[in-house]
Amino acid sequence: MSELIKFKIDGTECMAESGTYIVEAARQNGIYIPTLCNMPGVKPKGACRICTVRINGRLMTSCTTPVTMGMEIESNTEQINELRKSIVELLFVSGNHFCPACEKSGNCELQALGYYYQMMVPRFPYDFPQKGVDASSPYIIKDQNRCIMCKRCIKAIRDDQGRPLFAFRNRGNHLEVVLDEDLGKQMTPELAEAAMNACPVGSILVKEKGFVQPIGQRKFDHKPIGSDVAV
Amino acid sequence: MSKPVIATTSLAGCFGCHMSILDIDERILQLIELVEFNKSPVDDIKTFTKPVDIGIIEGGCCNSENVEVLRSFRKNCKILISLGECAIMGGLPAMRNGIPVEECIEEAYLNGPTVQLNKERILPNDDELPMLLDRVYPCHEIVKIDYFLPGCPPRADLIWEALVALITGNPLKLPYEVVKFD
Repeated sequence: MSELIKFKIDGTECMAESGTYIVEAARQNGIYIPTLCNMPGVKPKGACRICTVRINGRLMTSCTTPVTMGMEIESNTEQINELRKSIVELLFVSGNHFCPACEKSGNCELQALGYYYQMMVPRFPYDFPQKGVDASSPYIIKDQNRCIMCKRCIKAIRDDQGRPLFAFRNRGNHLEVVLDEDLGKQMTPELAEAAMNACPVGSILVKEKGFVQPIGQRKFDHKPIGSDVAV
Repeated sequence: MSKPVIATTSLAGCFGCHMSILDIDERILQLIELVEFNKSPVDDIKTFTKPVDIGIIEGGCCNSENVEVLRSFRKNCKILISLGECAIMGGLPAMRNGIPVEECIEEAYLNGPTVQLNKERILPNDDELPMLLDRVYPCHEIVKIDYFLPGCPPRADLIWEALVALITGNPLKLPYEVVKFD
């Protein structure tokens, strides 16, 4: 398993242990591939498609594809960046992402990707869907207007028996991620904090903790997303 | 060559973007050297008096008057810029999108917790008042917009760099910190 193999990303020679997912392998070689639904320590699922790369002419999600010997990966090309930008734009128009009024602004990964791809305006019409806000939990607010269905909270936030506290409800266009009615009662301040940090957008917020960091000190105020990776 | 002419307006906005224009500080003296202002709250000219090169729009369209002003800007300006989140996506006024207009008006004038003086339960209905639209529209859904400068408000440096690049024809190079959505 721990055999080192060689592969190429955009022509750059890289090395990683075989079986490593491309996103992680790229990171180890100082190459940033943007991700949204992917999260370290959680099994990847390729839901958001933002990490799409081209391998042997085919578009694949790099968070779910392991590197193999001699693999040639195209990542930072005009066509793929354009595709990724359009995914960001689609996510912006399909929810109600009012950045100026969002507590997560400045720490939001979706917003940071908007900056990364210099999105001045989404090219698609705004949907302005009607969605609710659930503030019934004593610790968190679940704002469906901002949820991008990445499943990070479902996968990452579990009780001591490994059961997820968040769950999908409804189907198709009505699909939403909610705090499970029964298991959600086990929510603690610590889990609430972890859930807020697991959420890439501002859909899960810890109550009474909005706007803690002043503008200028937030995660993406001065450095673009991925600048911790790129060499 | 005569100076390029600029017009600005605030539709369903808070005038924060105009304040941000003033935030270019002493560069406003350079700006006056570079351009001439026409219809704008900056110089209080109320109607277009000549063809305009650059129209700057703050705020989205929440009522019939906003639509009318926006259309007159499109008619009189060669280039239109959406300035700020409200012009680009409706912004905070657009948080009423999805709530029926009737409910919004009743909340504002009848049922809101701070409504106390409206004892006769009058809803504004004068002919002089613009009609509220069914929802708040981003400017580019009403007319064609040429450029977008995001931010709430857009940073003064972004406005300055963009205007100078547009007027001088030089390429626009933006530092990471000046393009923000909040």
